[in-house]
Amino acid sequence: MNTQTMERRQHYLNVSYGIRSWLFTTDHKRIAWLYLVSVTFFFFIGGLFATLIRLELLTPQGDLVQAETYNKLFTMHGVTMIFFFLIPSIPAVLGNFLIPMMIGARDLAFPRLNLASWYIYSIGGLFTLIAAAAGGVDTGWTFYTPYSSIYSNTHVVLTVVGIFVTGFSSILTGLNFIVTIHTMRAPGMTWFRLPLFVWAHYATSIIFVLGTPVIAITLLLVGLERVFHLGIFDPELGGDPLLFQHLFWFYSHPAVYIMILPGMGVISELIACFSRKRIFGYEFVAFSSLGIAVLGFLVWGHHMFVSGQSLYAGMIFSLLSMLVAIPSAVKVFNWTATLYKGSVSFDAPMLYALGFIGLFTIGGLTGLFLASIGVDVHVHDTYFVIAHFHYIMVGSAVMAYLGGIHFWWPKMTGRRYPEAVARVAALIIFLGFNLTFFPQFILGYLGMPRRYHVYPPEFQVLNVMSSAGASILAVGYVLPLIYLIWSLRYGAIAGMNPWKAKGLEWQTPSPPPTDNFDVTPIVVHEAYGYETDEPQAIYPPGKPLHV
Amino acid sequence: MNSNHVLSVRLYAVIFLALVALTLTTTGVAFIDLGGGFNVTVALTIAVVKALLVILFFMHVRYSDRLTWVFVGAGFFWLAIMMALTFGDFLTRGSG
Amino acid sequence: MSDIQTIHAHQFDAVEQQHEASWIGMWVFLATEVMFFGGMFMGYAVYRTAYPQAFASASNHLDIWLGAINTAVLICSSFTMALGVRSAQLSARKPLMIFLALTIALGAVFLGIKFTEYYFKYEEHLVPGSAFLFEETSLARQAEIFFSFYFAMTGMHAVHMIIGIGLLTALIVMASRGRFSAEYHTPVELVGLYWHFVDIVWIFLFPLLYLLGRHL
Repeated sequence: MNTQTMERRQHYLNVSYGIRSWLFTTDHKRIAWLYLVSVTFFFFIGGLFATLIRLELLTPQGDLVQAETYNKLFTMHGVTMIFFFLIPSIPAVLGNFLIPMMIGARDLAFPRLNLASWYIYSIGGLFTLIAAAAGGVDTGWTFYTPYSSIYSNTHVVLTVVGIFVTGFSSILTGLNFIVTIHTMRAPGMTWFRLPLFVWAHYATSIIFVLGTPVIAITLLLVGLERVFHLGIFDPELGGDPLLFQHLFWFYSHPAVYIMILPGMGVISELIACFSRKRIFGYEFVAFSSLGIAVLGFLVWGHHMFVSGQSLYAGMIFSLLSMLVAIPSAVKVFNWTATLYKGSVSFDAPMLYALGFIGLFTIGGLTGLFLASIGVDVHVHDTYFVIAHFHYIMVGSAVMAYLGGIHFWWPKMTGRRYPEAVARVAALIIFLGFNLTFFPQFILGYLGMPRRYHVYPPEFQVLNVMSSAGASILAVGYVLPLIYLIWSLRYGAIAGMNPWKAKGLEWQTPSPPPTDNFDVTPIVVHEAYGYETDEPQAIYPPGKPLHV
Repeated sequence: MNSNHVLSVRLYAVIFLALVALTLTTTGVAFIDLGGGFNVTVALTIAVVKALLVILFFMHVRYSDRLTWVFVGAGFFWLAIMMALTFGDFLTRGSG
Repeated sequence: MSDIQTIHAHQFDAVEQQHEASWIGMWVFLATEVMFFGGMFMGYAVYRTAYPQAFASASNHLDIWLGAINTAVLICSSFTMALGVRSAQLSARKPLMIFLALTIALGAVFLGIKFTEYYFKYEEHLVPGSAFLFEETSLARQAEIFFSFYFAMTGMHAVHMIIGIGLLTALIVMASRGRFSAEYHTPVELVGLYWHFVDIVWIFLFPLLYLLGRHL
């Protein structure tokens, strides 16, 4: 297929031109691009804060920034990365683009709501950027009271308004996904023929819908306390700071599952394709996604073991936290079993997927250490915790995101990225990541507390290693930015299915037409038909797209 | 989905009168000391009954499919989870 | 005019599918609202358990009759809303518009009473903040927490009422243009669900805020 043929065929990118056709689009694929640009922007903003943090931590003294400034740096790093990059990344970019295609639909159930979600997200992001430019917040992304509600002199209200607003973007996306998956599957697309990517996003949407409203009301109450002097979290009136923590973590723990479940969905697709095998134990992986979503709501107190929570509550939360590891472990076993006797190839997406499995295992196991109260008492609020969650959020979630972007890039753009450079970048990211964060496990175990810009001199070597790793990681992240943009113009033309993958999204041209399929597919086969080599759907001629 | 059942004015009126009656009851009972913290239980029970009447009849859930029931139940079930585990902390504070 | 009702949005294959999606979508949204208000209910419950005396005493400063009247007003508005949906199901345009208008009127009455209550509380120095004054000084601090929740919860409820009145107004405009019939009246159904939900929130707010300490 030559360039001229592709340019003449109409698809979702060339069907209309101009900024208005993008800002007023209701096409889920274009909305996915809007999100892609936004989340990439916030990723590099969050990365900028991280850079300043790691520069400060090169030396034991607080010589780069003052303590108050450092507090703002780690707060803004956390807020930006969690609320404006990690939470939306895979669902709003890959989920939006792929879910309608994977189920054989023309669009999501509520396309205009989808566009509204992006605008709401952007407005919330704008509030937070203004707060950052005006001097930032220093409460930590966890906004613990009464510091955040009464005593901090930074731009708390602006920031919580930004997060509050963006929360509705999540809620509406989750609502859209749930309704779409329930009501718009193509004929023959039963629940157990859905790709695991869809199951993962359904489970994530449950969390979006039931968890996000709680942080919305919690942050609203903090804002009201600051502005109107309501006394809900004020200890002088008898308010309990732990009430805030219960409300906050009721959402924020499931939020971490929002951040990992979509990534797990991506990994299932990648492992299947690059092992040329059906995912081992499909039903178990599907139910594990639901299990993680449900169990994830029962464990939030493990963030509060040393806050003053009762010991009995601590014990219950500790036990439940052990249980939530089980469905995650089931998935890791099943992915590994899929690799066994598979025909494995090592394209860039697969490198990210394999990295994910290893790094997620480390992150998950260290989570079990933290779930054990006896261990947590010693390592709470140390770099051990920081290392643990970065192994999940960066070593796993970000790598899954990048793996997914690479895998579906040909579908989204009709172009192939340069494979050799991509593999090198994946390796650089993997090495840079481990050099950054493994020393932090040791630092935490040795007692270095988090959120301090000074530390005892004996910790310097490990901190220097970590900062060095961060510089390598930064290079690794900039490379895809460059070559993916490069490929938009100079990349090889991708055909309909360059990976020879199964799944309905690969049975439509790259880039797809606006309505995804020329005729409504009829699904006749399970997902991941790699071993039988049957197509998942047939497209009978003459069956019209519109009724 | 709801089955587009058209309910009679009579049924709606009966539910309406029941809701008014329950409101009068709960207001009246509030002035009577039922002892042992029972007042809260009675008040909340009446509130739950009123809510159920609105949900089942005014919101047509009685005539809707199972998926609707699941979504209705899920919201309240999740709220129950949040309350149960949080109170699990607050009520065991002194002893642990 | 009747052709309009058989057309569905292009992403759907049939009117029934669109209706099902809209119905499920509204219930998912209401589930989020349960969690949203639920957070405040939980905070209220925690403090009520911790400070029963202060909360009961503070509760007695609310006007139980205004609260009860408001409860009855909202129940009436749910009745008129249900009758409005019924009218739409029967393609009865005039009754639909009348019931929608009645619902709006009752909602406005509720808000009027509510804001009058707020004004009284302001006069009685029971608004949290530097002007707060509670005559039982030993319970004053915890009573201020009660009133913080009172204003936050009824205030958030009032915001939802105002939004609901806005939606109902839009429905009247659409109904006046003949947009609804037995075949298509989904917006009426959905706004009805929303309005009933807001009523249910008040059904719980009334006893928890107003009736706590009356027996003491």
